[in-house]
Amino acid sequence: MVDKLFIILSVVTLVSAALVVVNKNAVNAAMFFMLSLVGTAGLFVLLNAYLLAFVLILVYAGAVVSLFLFIIMLLDTRPEAQKSFKKMTVAASLLGGLLLFTGVLSLMTHFVPATAGAKGHVLPPVGASLKGYAEQLFTTYLLPVQVVGFLLLIAMLGVIVLSKRFENKEAAS
Amino acid sequence: MIHAGLEQYIFVSALMFALGFFGVLLRKNTLVIYMCLELMLVASTLALVAFSRFNGTMDGNVFVFFILTIAAAEVAVGLAIIVALFRQRHTVQVEELNHLKN
Repeated sequence: MVDKLFIILSVVTLVSAALVVVNKNAVNAAMFFMLSLVGTAGLFVLLNAYLLAFVLILVYAGAVVSLFLFIIMLLDTRPEAQKSFKKMTVAASLLGGLLLFTGVLSLMTHFVPATAGAKGHVLPPVGASLKGYAEQLFTTYLLPVQVVGFLLLIAMLGVIVLSKRFENKEAAS
Repeated sequence: MIHAGLEQYIFVSALMFALGFFGVLLRKNTLVIYMCLELMLVASTLALVAFSRFNGTMDGNVFVFFILTIAAAEVAVGLAIIVALFRQRHTVQVEELNHLKN
C-alpha cells in the first residue's frame, strides 16, 4: 500500500515538475508547480513528517504560489512573445540536467548507511511527534531560530524598500 | 513492485532537482526560471526529510523548517526585484535584459 502510494505520488510530482519546465504559459506552469508541491507533501506524509507536509502546503502551495500568480498577472507576460526554443539550447540543457542528475544521485547514494534502506529494519517515526520539533527548536537550534526571525524582518524591510517608487525623488534632484 | 526505501526517495529527489536545473537552463521567462529554482529547493528538502526518516534522527526535519522559512523570505525579495526590474525595463525575458553589455 505504502509502495503503491509512493509510486503514484512520485509520478505525480515528477510529471508536474516536468510540465512546469515545458509549459509555455506561465500561469499553467505555476499551477503545475502547485501540483508538484502537493505531491511532495504526500511524500512527506509517507515519510511520517506530517507537520512538514502541512507547513509545505500552507507556505509553498498557499503563499508562494499565490504570490507567483499575483506577479504573473500583474506583469502580464504576453504568450505570443515567447519564441520556441532552439534545438541546441534544448539539447545542451538536457545534457546539463542529466549530468547534474547522475552527479547528485551518485553523491547521495555514496553516503547511504547500510542499515538505512534495509527491508526488515524498522526505524522509529521521529518526524511524527510535534514534541520532537519543539525540543530541537528550543534547545539545539535556538540561535538559528533567532537568526531566521531576524532574517525575515530584514527581508520584509528589503521588500518595502524595493517596491517603493524612487523615480520622483531622483527626477527632482 | 518497487520497495519505497531511501534510494527510491533519493532518486525522486535527484530527478526533481535535475528537472528544476533543466528548467533554469532552458527557460527565458524570469518568473518561470524562479519557479524552477523553487522546485530545486523543494527537491533538496525531500532528500533531507528522507535521510532524516531513514537515519532515525530529527535534524533533517528541523533543517527543512529553516529552509521553508528562508524560501518564503527569498520568494518575497526575489519577486520584488523582478517587479522593480519590470518597472525599469518593461520586460521579464532574460535575453532582453542585456544592458550591461553596452
